[in-house]
Amino acid sequence: MEALLEILEELHPDVDFENCETLIDDKILDSFDIITVISEINAEYDIAIPAEEIIPENFNSAKALYALITRLSDDE
Amino acid sequence: MLFTSYEFIAFLLILFLVYYLIPKRFQWMLLLAANYIFYFFSGPKFLIYILTTTVSAYIAGNRIHSLHEEQAAYLAENKGRLSREDRKEYKAAIKSRQWKWLLYCLLLNFGILAVIKYANFGIANVNYLLQAFGSGSQISFLKLALPMGISFYTFQTMGYMIDVYRGKYPPEKNIFKLALFVSFFPQLVQGPISRFDDLSETLYKEHDFDYRNVSFGLQRILWGFFKKVVLADRMLVAVKTLIQDPETYQGAFALVGMLFYAFQLYADFTGGIDITIGIGQVLGIKLKENFNRPYFSKNITEYWRRWHISLGSWFREYLFYPISVWKPMLNFTKWCRKTLGEAIGRRIPIYISSIVVWAATGIWHGASWNFFMWGMANCFVIILSQELQPFYTWFHNKFDVKHKFGFRLFQVVRTVLLMSSIRMFDCYVDVPTTFRAFWSMFTVFNYHELFNGSLLNLGLSLADYLVLLMGLVVLVTVSLIQRTGSVRAKLAAKPHMVRYALYYGMIIVIIVLGAYGVGYDSSQFIYNQF
Repeated sequence: MEALLEILEELHPDVDFENCETLIDDKILDSFDIITVISEINAEYDIAIPAEEIIPENFNSAKALYALITRLSDDE
Repeated sequence: MLFTSYEFIAFLLILFLVYYLIPKRFQWMLLLAANYIFYFFSGPKFLIYILTTTVSAYIAGNRIHSLHEEQAAYLAENKGRLSREDRKEYKAAIKSRQWKWLLYCLLLNFGILAVIKYANFGIANVNYLLQAFGSGSQISFLKLALPMGISFYTFQTMGYMIDVYRGKYPPEKNIFKLALFVSFFPQLVQGPISRFDDLSETLYKEHDFDYRNVSFGLQRILWGFFKKVVLADRMLVAVKTLIQDPETYQGAFALVGMLFYAFQLYADFTGGIDITIGIGQVLGIKLKENFNRPYFSKNITEYWRRWHISLGSWFREYLFYPISVWKPMLNFTKWCRKTLGEAIGRRIPIYISSIVVWAATGIWHGASWNFFMWGMANCFVIILSQELQPFYTWFHNKFDVKHKFGFRLFQVVRTVLLMSSIRMFDCYVDVPTTFRAFWSMFTVFNYHELFNGSLLNLGLSLADYLVLLMGLVVLVTVSLIQRTGSVRAKLAAKPHMVRYALYYGMIIVIIVLGAYGVGYDSSQFIYNQF
């Protein structure tokens, strides 16, 4: 989780990623940010997030994103 | 059948009446019949295309879903017996079969669209090259008419197919209900491009007559007519005059043409969508909004989240994301980061995906280099603003203007001017003419002519300008009121006298000031040609 928070904080240092749960709804992360995060996750965790998983529920918070990473790595 | 024609109004009135008179369980069937009657009027021979899309999506969608079910049953049956590797292998084999069905469906439907819409553009380019290399032979153009709404219903149906493949929802089992989704007539002309999970429930549901819904829907239709026939079609006369003679109308007139077209396109497209959403509301069917006061955007990225929302989100979800997270692209990102450094390496693949998406968005709008350039110009500005982020951060740290009214106004004006200048590619006959017209704004100093009565030679009288100015004031006022909620809901709270004075006033304005008179006829919607 810490590595993920680091990735997110590097993108937007001013956002409280530990508590924010509206990253997509409040347009904090845009489509460019999402792709940057996905490529960082790919490099850090060796996980490929497929396009169908790019939905607000998975990207609205760091926790949701971490749950997605865990689920995908279990599937692999 | 034009939305603004008498036939269409009669068609709507009959539909609304019958819709609420028949037993509710037949409502969706009546809508399907209405769709095909509407489509039939655009040309009976075009029915084959929409039927092909419907049938192919029905077969492929259900085949993909039955493979989903086959997989679930097999995995449940063999739970505990299969190793992790066996499960993975089995899933991959099923996925590959599903992918084939999706691919056939996409190739067939996008193939039809490509041939009908783009074949002659391709031939024209090949002929140009043949001529350039001195070959005397030329390829003959195909005689193909563009079926109404083909870009819209193809994209809407292929979005449905991709969602079914992704397992987002099961496919529609009833082919007639699927046909209703594919051909829903109010959105055939110019969108919005709906999603099946947004539209299907409200489309197939039985609807009671709801006075508030029907009256709000009729008000929305009226508002759309006002924008289209009073404002857009009136402005069209001046826009045509200015852009069809770019040698005469340069400098100040190119600027006026640019701004007039921005106004016309806004009134035309949003007016059409108002009519579409209004028709849906009268029928009890909720369509998603396609605009969110786009001219109040602070930058071009925000603008594209607020203009033609359904098209932008289609390209984002079904093209930008899949390209960007495609395994070879992720590997390319890794390579870029290693070779070019972290900062640049991580951005280049995103920019490549953006270029592909904007090229596709441009070409979606029309088969010409103008639209390709329009897409590239949008992409260039978005990438440039992305690259300028460090400067913006520095600027806002240094100067505390972010929330000042003057700065917000500057941002809005900048976005309007930027978008309007990019849209010049829509207007002029070819790319070089567009560049010449744009350049003339800075090199031909004839701005004094704007005040010597020349504007009255563009086909519009002083009275027309007054109507347009009044319309602009009304549009801006309504947009400002919308910031705090629905205008119609606010209006509904007003006394009867005020409301009915406004409704009847609007009807009279549309009848009296609508651009039906000598010199101009109510025209097709601009987006209909896309």
